[in-house]
Amino acid sequence: MTTTTTGTTAVTGAVGAAHTRLEGLAKVTGAARYAGEIPFAELAHGWLVLSTIARGRIRAVESAPVLAMPGVLAVLHHGNAPRVDGNYTGPLGAPDPVVQVFQHDRVPYAGWPVALVVAETPEQAREAAETLVVRYDQEPHEVAFAAGHPDRYTPENSPQSPAETEKGDLAAELAASAVVVDAQYTTPEEHHHPLEPHAAMARWDGGRLEVVDSNQGSRFVAEELANLFSLDPASVRVRSEHVGGGFGSKALRPHQVLATMAATVLQRPVRVVLTRRQMFSVVGYRSPTAQRIRLGADADGRLRAFDHQGESVTSTVREFIERSADMGRVMYDAAAHHTVNRVVRLDVPTPSWMRAPGEAPGSFALESALDELAEKCGLDPIALRARNEPAAGPVSGLPFSSRKLLACFQEGARRFGWADRDPRPGRRRDGRWLLGTGTAAAHFAARAAPSTASVTAEADGDFIVRIAAADIGTGARTALTLIAADALEVTPERIRMRIADSDFGPAMIAGGSMGTRSWAWAVTAAARELREQLALGGGIPPQGITVRSDTTAAIAALAQKERHAFGAQFAEVAVDVTSGEVRVRRMLGIFAAGRIVNPLTARSQFIGGMTWGLSMALHEEAVRDRASGAPVGADLAGYHVAAHADVPPIEADWVDDPDEDDPVGIKGIGEIGIVGGAAAIANAVWHATGVRHRDLPIRPDRVLLAGGGDRAAG
Amino acid sequence: MAPPTSSAVTLRINGEKHTLPVDHRTTLLDALREQLDLTGTKKGCDQGQCGACTVLLDGRRAVSCLQLAVAAEGREITTIEGVADGERLHPVQQAFLDLDGYQCGYCTPGQICSALAVIEEHAAGWPSAVTADVRPEAGVPALTADEIRERMSGNLCRCGAYVSIVQAVARAAGAAGAPVVPRQGTGPGDAGAPADGEAAA
Repeated sequence: MTTTTTGTTAVTGAVGAAHTRLEGLAKVTGAARYAGEIPFAELAHGWLVLSTIARGRIRAVESAPVLAMPGVLAVLHHGNAPRVDGNYTGPLGAPDPVVQVFQHDRVPYAGWPVALVVAETPEQAREAAETLVVRYDQEPHEVAFAAGHPDRYTPENSPQSPAETEKGDLAAELAASAVVVDAQYTTPEEHHHPLEPHAAMARWDGGRLEVVDSNQGSRFVAEELANLFSLDPASVRVRSEHVGGGFGSKALRPHQVLATMAATVLQRPVRVVLTRRQMFSVVGYRSPTAQRIRLGADADGRLRAFDHQGESVTSTVREFIERSADMGRVMYDAAAHHTVNRVVRLDVPTPSWMRAPGEAPGSFALESALDELAEKCGLDPIALRARNEPAAGPVSGLPFSSRKLLACFQEGARRFGWADRDPRPGRRRDGRWLLGTGTAAAHFAARAAPSTASVTAEADGDFIVRIAAADIGTGARTALTLIAADALEVTPERIRMRIADSDFGPAMIAGGSMGTRSWAWAVTAAARELREQLALGGGIPPQGITVRSDTTAAIAALAQKERHAFGAQFAEVAVDVTSGEVRVRRMLGIFAAGRIVNPLTARSQFIGGMTWGLSMALHEEAVRDRASGAPVGADLAGYHVAAHADVPPIEADWVDDPDEDDPVGIKGIGEIGIVGGAAAIANAVWHATGVRHRDLPIRPDRVLLAGGGDRAAG
Repeated sequence: MAPPTSSAVTLRINGEKHTLPVDHRTTLLDALREQLDLTGTKKGCDQGQCGACTVLLDGRRAVSCLQLAVAAEGREITTIEGVADGERLHPVQQAFLDLDGYQCGYCTPGQICSALAVIEEHAAGWPSAVTADVRPEAGVPALTADEIRERMSGNLCRCGAYVSIVQAVARAAGAAGAPVVPRQGTGPGDAGAPADGEAAA
């Protein structure tokens, strides 16, 4: 046991050293059990039925023939389902109406839940669900999104995130600018598609509702279920030991609610697993965006006018705003500065948070526009950004806690070999391939949210840490172990980390790049206090000594600053303008993103984000059929995400940038890897071909239609 | 009389025989997961598109979601649970663990089963779509990063762990004696970098 007294940062060196994942052995041997894989006696299986119309009313759910099928136990629908109460505001706002399943006969979009068939086996449930006839009164629908939709509107401002910001005289500054870029960009509908489909088992056990789930925050899901079903929060327990990816899609979703309803009706355990196809309509997605950017600059590249107008889609049942115009509020200043996020309501599912919401599509447009401005000014794109580094937040006026954007560009340029680049497009060739390189800036907010943790000193000398954290592949379980070890001044082997159980108390979800930072804060606070107690001497009783922490007050006391992680993305592409093929040859990302807890898993997370950037640039696109209102080819063949053969060598690294106000120095790294990635690739495609691609993905047909410009001919 | 809709089948899995009644609609994947509690084999799409359910059937890789359990009778089935030698990890598993060849871990069993077969297929001289010289006399192509990427492309990883998965497969293949030396111009648009520890910048 340590006898160190208090106060100083305890360092045993676990944080900052590469550590393989604690659950790695379980993952490579198949022993790790995910939500749909834990056996329960008397388990029944629920199969969801979705609407086949995009707007109207359910006239009839013809249950009787299905109830007569072998093994079928129940058909739940709006006529017989338990009532839920969605009239509350949780940490993520009012619940998405899609989780208030079977409460009325209205169908607001294609893929709306209309029934759940429960049977003894999955095969019986599936066949019955596919046999179930649902009759509708269909109404005309509209699902087509495009820039300048007549029904678009500017949402109401909220204090935390205004829909619109404005300063200066935009028209005057644009008129006074020597160089102006005015361009429209679009990004398509994109879907999360974690490899593990959403799954939940619910059962009543001794008066408590127990849910084994795949989610990004067990405490959050437990509280939401308690709200929906009007239960005492203490009577709901949700666990999610292993989660097969989330990316924003695994909050409260219909599967947990459906399993709970069915378990309540049948009084036996019920598991509901979504199919890949169902995931296209009930777990959220990234809205398509249409963005207009106007940049006005002096001849030397200094910005005078900045205008970013984003448009996105939402459903008729909930307002969700894809905040694509927010990035410029942090990145670039100008005498006239305007940003706005507009939205239009269509008969489509409600979009949701998807990895780097706002910044992912927003950075594609903004960082492409900066590249266009650099071209027009005859400036190197990095020099242009250096010339426009703001001293304070362009909209807030607040100081930056740290802003090492240029350090990222410098280190990245050195390692990528940027200095050797001929800035003229269409100059490099390798056989049938035109080669080009591009760069883009990245940024993501560094925030923290209140969490609680407990740390127990066991009589055997080990420590048990309990926190309702989620490890959705981020490596949080391992990172928190290293953090606890350092705070307790012991080796990581002495820590027993317990996560993903709502009984451990309130905690931030894995989201907003805030999970590990928020949890680490709470773990550190409890561990340090425990170390101080132990330092006073005295034995450890058989039940151990437990210290609990709550970071609410500490986080509320943080000074108002612009707090962000920054990064620089680099890409090299090869473009064959006769086949339309674009291949990314290499990517490099350098990030200033706070103290890196576990270099091994952090590198994986950055590279994973950059792989998303590549996937977004070249592949991902969900196409909505205007006639049916549903996505075309709603599967992983129709919706291609980057596969092995698409992904070249990608390197990620970082510059030293500990957050001075965080007990561990963390900023958060979950999302910044995707930001700017697609822009770097699009800019490289321009450099290869001389053609700007302002619509994602950069499909072969778009490359073919655009041609290679004069430079690429022959 | 209606034909029967279920039968008793005997499946040979990881060297052990299991006799179980199966609904004729049951896929091999569901039989493994729901009836035999072998949940290491994952269901990602149930449509043969993601590779998470990859197992070895008579040593060749197959997506178990597109295989009916009744059709797997008499075949030698290897799942992720049968890859390690007791407590000793297979070199492919060890390389995934050491090089962080995963994040959420859900695609991992399928990636590992695929990698086992890739190494075998390559060693047996099977060409791939990126093999430059497919003449039999050309011999076994070098197992470049491009060869690994091409051959592993049936296994999606949404976390984006491909870079370290390729390194892990290369390391394990190298340990098994496969030639992993780089060769130039092997793949579309790629300069043909070495596989293990290859540099981007």
